[in-house]
Amino acid sequence: MIPGYNGKIAEVDLTTGKVSDFHPDEETLKKYVGGRGLATKILWDRLGKRWAEVDPLGPENLLTAFTGPLTGYISGARICVSGKSPLSNGIVGSTAGGEFALELKCAGYDGVIVKGRSETPVYILVTDGHVEIRDASKLWGFDGKETIKAVNEEVRALLKERKPGFGLWKEPGLIYIGPSGENMVRNAAVMQKWSHACGYGGYGAVMGSKNLKAIVAKGTGPQPAVAYPDEMPKLWEMTKEAGFSGPQRNLWGTGAAGYSTGVEASAEPVRNWQDEWHDEKSIGVINFETRNWVKRCWSDYGCTRACLKLAVVKTGPFKGAITDNPDYELQAYCGANLGIFDSDGVVYVSTVIDDLGLSGINSANTMGFAAELYQRGILTEEDFEGIKPVWGDAKAMGELAWLIAERRGIGDVLAEGTFRAAKAISETKGVDVMKYAVQFKGIEVGAHGIRTGKHFPYLGYAISVQGGDHTSIPRPPMSEARSTIGDTMVICNMGTPRGVPDIIWRYMKAVTGWEMTQEDWINVNGMRIIQIQRAVLLLGGPDVFWDPEKDDDNPERWYDPLPSGPYKGLAPDRDELMEQRKTAYAEMGWDERGIPTSEELNKLGLLDVDAALKPLRR
Amino acid sequence: MSRPVRVMKPWVVRDYMKCSGCRLCEIACSMKHEGRMWPEASRVRVFMLVPGAEVPHLCTQCSDYPCVSSCPEGALSVNDETGAIIVEDEKCISCGACIRACPGEVPHLHPEGDRVVICDLCDGDPECAKVCVEAGYRALYKGTRTSSKNYDLYAIKPEEITKNLVVNLYGEKGEELYK
Repeated sequence: MIPGYNGKIAEVDLTTGKVSDFHPDEETLKKYVGGRGLATKILWDRLGKRWAEVDPLGPENLLTAFTGPLTGYISGARICVSGKSPLSNGIVGSTAGGEFALELKCAGYDGVIVKGRSETPVYILVTDGHVEIRDASKLWGFDGKETIKAVNEEVRALLKERKPGFGLWKEPGLIYIGPSGENMVRNAAVMQKWSHACGYGGYGAVMGSKNLKAIVAKGTGPQPAVAYPDEMPKLWEMTKEAGFSGPQRNLWGTGAAGYSTGVEASAEPVRNWQDEWHDEKSIGVINFETRNWVKRCWSDYGCTRACLKLAVVKTGPFKGAITDNPDYELQAYCGANLGIFDSDGVVYVSTVIDDLGLSGINSANTMGFAAELYQRGILTEEDFEGIKPVWGDAKAMGELAWLIAERRGIGDVLAEGTFRAAKAISETKGVDVMKYAVQFKGIEVGAHGIRTGKHFPYLGYAISVQGGDHTSIPRPPMSEARSTIGDTMVICNMGTPRGVPDIIWRYMKAVTGWEMTQEDWINVNGMRIIQIQRAVLLLGGPDVFWDPEKDDDNPERWYDPLPSGPYKGLAPDRDELMEQRKTAYAEMGWDERGIPTSEELNKLGLLDVDAALKPLRR
Repeated sequence: MSRPVRVMKPWVVRDYMKCSGCRLCEIACSMKHEGRMWPEASRVRVFMLVPGAEVPHLCTQCSDYPCVSSCPEGALSVNDETGAIIVEDEKCISCGACIRACPGEVPHLHPEGDRVVICDLCDGDPECAKVCVEAGYRALYKGTRTSSKNYDLYAIKPEEITKNLVVNLYGEKGEELYK
């Protein structure tokens, strides 16, 4: 047994109802470790040969939910969900915090692979060394709050019945989908707690396509044994110290940026990126803090940082709305991006999106896109079934989210995500609306603009293997391979101590016994993951295929000069960027058309990936 | 001559509204008692029956110790200095009598199944409280207790506390979320 691992992944075939154990070998684990890396490897091994034909929303696709060896040992326990993405047709490693990953590990599993499709709604229950498929008909249609309530009641009663003498059973951990995932909305999230989302990638739709409402875990075992137990308390002390003294914690979390990223950085989506600057003090963190936060520090298991806060609307039309923070991404996307600049309104829209199980970044990007089409008269009240998505109207935006989640009216088109909706609407309305779609390879972009040249890099998203995912971009001089670390060890990027040199690699040594260095990771292991992800993104299909020449680029809007603020007039120069792209390709080991070269792939031992790319090189 | 000072016993003060749900208390407890991270072996367990309403659940050292008198094997005793319950593992037959006797169902079986686990106050310096104070939450912190019946009230099921907390946090909506 490799230290730090249970050595076992539960494999569930929902078509046949068969449950088995999958044991990754040591070489595979050492190369791909866990989370995003291991998911990429397994997806490639199993689906790579037929990649372009695999329908992400068909039974052939796999849904993976993996921990990593450091999950639960380092601050914050996250789960990494993956599969073939119904948005990008590639692979996205999508993580969220919560207790599920820890429960899974304590139940004796490092992850779950789901294949096939159940005839009726089901959930998967993982308990100590045991996996079962259970009926979820009663849960189907439930929003997040109803789902958690019902699962807690049912599973606690079941555990008590099975082991009555144990004492009180705690609640299980779970990942689940809301109504939007059930309806296969392409940017539906896999949710945890009420408001934590594996947002990027659209894996809520993949779960929905499998009739899988939730994966639930309750384990009573210890965390797996580690290689150097004496090292652990030392590392843990350092982690706590760094976490407890971090400047962000206890204060604002990331939620203060809803104001500052606009006013200071001019890099926040405002009305579907028509602007990136605003000076709306009404969305300032002090309003959330004094009006909405009922808990100033809210954490998931093992977190030493507490960047989350618990926000509630106590009065008025949105009374009873509950979400976290909202964090920066949702303040930006469910706030400024929709022209909403009051804290109750932002908490409300975030709550609706959470409850429906939508991804707050991705679906609110689509909502902003739709609202702009309404602004321009391209879409009308009739398309929206009577809703008027006017900038700043939180109630109407909440209704729009429902329209999408239930696929009613234009909601059915918008449910395909911004890119596919833009294609369809361009055709039906006879107007090119792709220029209002701010997305990269089907993945709606994170709330971090590039036009000032100071916030996020000009050529980050455009060449990312995870499209618009703001957590996975090259940050020169670091390549995108750097971003695979957190998602592969499956740890929290916010909770990992900064300023402690090599802390991740010291943890890796103490937990697994493996000597690894950041340099090796970025040049070899991380790069291997990136190259496979790049390959599948280019293989794409079955409904959309990306052309690097055209698609390794920023959306049109980001070449429009910023219309206001201190950086007014700034925008990247496209010709200059296309020159830079050549260099970036070369640095990544890609040819002039953006395809990984045989030389690079052979160097990394990815011979089968090289073979699969041959047809593209012609 | 000064009057004799009444020695107060240590107690873990709990301020539920301040619990962040980080479970660092569970980690600290299990590292102390089990030498590793083992949440379900922790003597303090944080229940999250409703997200946001996290309830650290641990022994309150009742004035009449119903668990001690319920044990058919005499496996439980009270430490004179701290007032904490001490479990003699060898004597415990994991029959669950103490769990049933506790008004808050605080004790639970060790996941290995052969013994019950109850907070021993770490000989007067509870690790859970230390880490919570260190983290700056003070949802748990070391205080003192007297023989007042008020302390017995904390031998209460997490379900009961949750019912109150959800209203405190979420108002009327809280009543919908947990009945």
